[in-house]
Amino acid sequence: MDILFLLIPLSVILVFFILGGLGWAIYRGQFEDIDVEGERILRDD
Amino acid sequence: MTFANMRATTYNDTVVRQFAIMTVVWGVVGMLVGVIIAAQLAWPELNLGIPWLSYGRLRPLHTNAVIFAFGCCGLMGTSLYVVQRTCQVRLFSDKLAAFVFWGWQVVIVAAAVSLPLGYTQGKEYAELEWPIDILITLVWVAYAFVFFGTIGTRKVRHIYVANWFYGAFIIAIAMLHLVNNAAIPVGFMKSYSAYAGVQDAMVQWWYGHNAVGFLLTAGFLGMMYYFIPKQAERPVYSYRLSIVHFWALIFTYMWAGPHHLHYTALPDWTQSVGMVFSLILLAPSWGGMINGIMTLSGAWHKLRDDPILRFLIVSLSFYGMSTFEGPMMAIKTVNALSHYTDWTIGHVHSGALGWVGLITIGSMYYLIPRLFGQKQMYSMKAVEVHFWTATIGIVIYIAAMWIAGVMQGLMWRAVNTDGTLTYTFVESVKATFPFYVLRLLGGLLYFSGMVIMLWNTYKTATAGRSVTVTIPAAIAHA
Repeated sequence: MDILFLLIPLSVILVFFILGGLGWAIYRGQFEDIDVEGERILRDD
Repeated sequence: MTFANMRATTYNDTVVRQFAIMTVVWGVVGMLVGVIIAAQLAWPELNLGIPWLSYGRLRPLHTNAVIFAFGCCGLMGTSLYVVQRTCQVRLFSDKLAAFVFWGWQVVIVAAAVSLPLGYTQGKEYAELEWPIDILITLVWVAYAFVFFGTIGTRKVRHIYVANWFYGAFIIAIAMLHLVNNAAIPVGFMKSYSAYAGVQDAMVQWWYGHNAVGFLLTAGFLGMMYYFIPKQAERPVYSYRLSIVHFWALIFTYMWAGPHHLHYTALPDWTQSVGMVFSLILLAPSWGGMINGIMTLSGAWHKLRDDPILRFLIVSLSFYGMSTFEGPMMAIKTVNALSHYTDWTIGHVHSGALGWVGLITIGSMYYLIPRLFGQKQMYSMKAVEVHFWTATIGIVIYIAAMWIAGVMQGLMWRAVNTDGTLTYTFVESVKATFPFYVLRLLGGLLYFSGMVIMLWNTYKTATAGRSVTVTIPAAIAHA
């Protein structure tokens, strides 16, 4: 099952990217005022 | 830095219009091929002795047409619409967007020609040979560039949750496509996989299952999180839950692939990991389903007179059903009964016809009139008829496949007291015949709904005209 030496690292790298994305979203204030965000798309047209 | 698209005062809806039309067209084509092969299973003579029309060649044509032509055109069209509306900016590049549309149509036509001719890599949902794979890669990179470029130049600080789902779909499919299609070409339209034996099987189902997870699930969830609130004119039930839904789903999906290879040469522990992660997936899936359906909380009456909303909400109930059935079928003891039977086909179609099909159709019914400057579709009566033919068609289809699948599983495992098999294989095939005919009936109903939609789309498009929408000026959080 040598293939796992490729697939698992690939998936782990992806997880790090996902973590990076989550960290970016949290620390750049994406989730600070989310109560209004759901409603915004209804006003935007 | 300021880019040209940030100064534009109108949205680029041309590419969205093109994709929307082709979604309906390819839907009709892909489902017609599905109806033909369903009929061939009941009456094999229908291949007419022509190799190009044999089941083995038309079946990949059907799956490619519905997933990559109908499904992807729907995803590309809606994502390019949603990203502009929620970011309040024009697409990053009009030229690249046009390349994405035309490039993708060339991919589809190349598939429609090469698959019946018998060119295939022999990998399910990745049948296309290497020259087409390279074109897919180019188009996909352009698509990612347009989508993320638009997000990068957005005028609204917050990135709406639908864009996260679309973005994850684009990135994951890029990686899966590259890894699974790694092959050594030995001629034009002929190649050998870079992997061998069980290694190849593992890569294939790592790809296959994540294509289900990121294309058929995450991508269409992006559609769901935009078009359900818009059609219901209510914000999503819990925006907070939608964010948890997203992160939980993409963290867990990547590890579920081995459940396609239970009781094979794959190591036992790998199979068990796949099973456990499949079971965990039930939680985020149902969280998202409940979140979508509860968006209607306090406004349930809208379901009574709005067939578009009914498409969208019923699609979510099929999503809930499939994401319950999937983890159950991933349990090894259940899989011992269900695997290689038509139960799997039933499961796939409850997801494909029920979830993917209905959410796309509903979103298109929202989108198409707006793209042509109309208030609503040419005939709302036809939308209503389409809803019922589609829903009844799905129910007949999956019920027939459930019964056929469980029956096949039981017949194959039945043994006499002396240890010999009770039934020969062909006896199970003969017993399946009435269910194949029923499945064809269900498929025909679903297909006829799609034909009604094509007519309705044509009428709507010709009654209206292509409109250019102005980007609203000055918004909060700019």
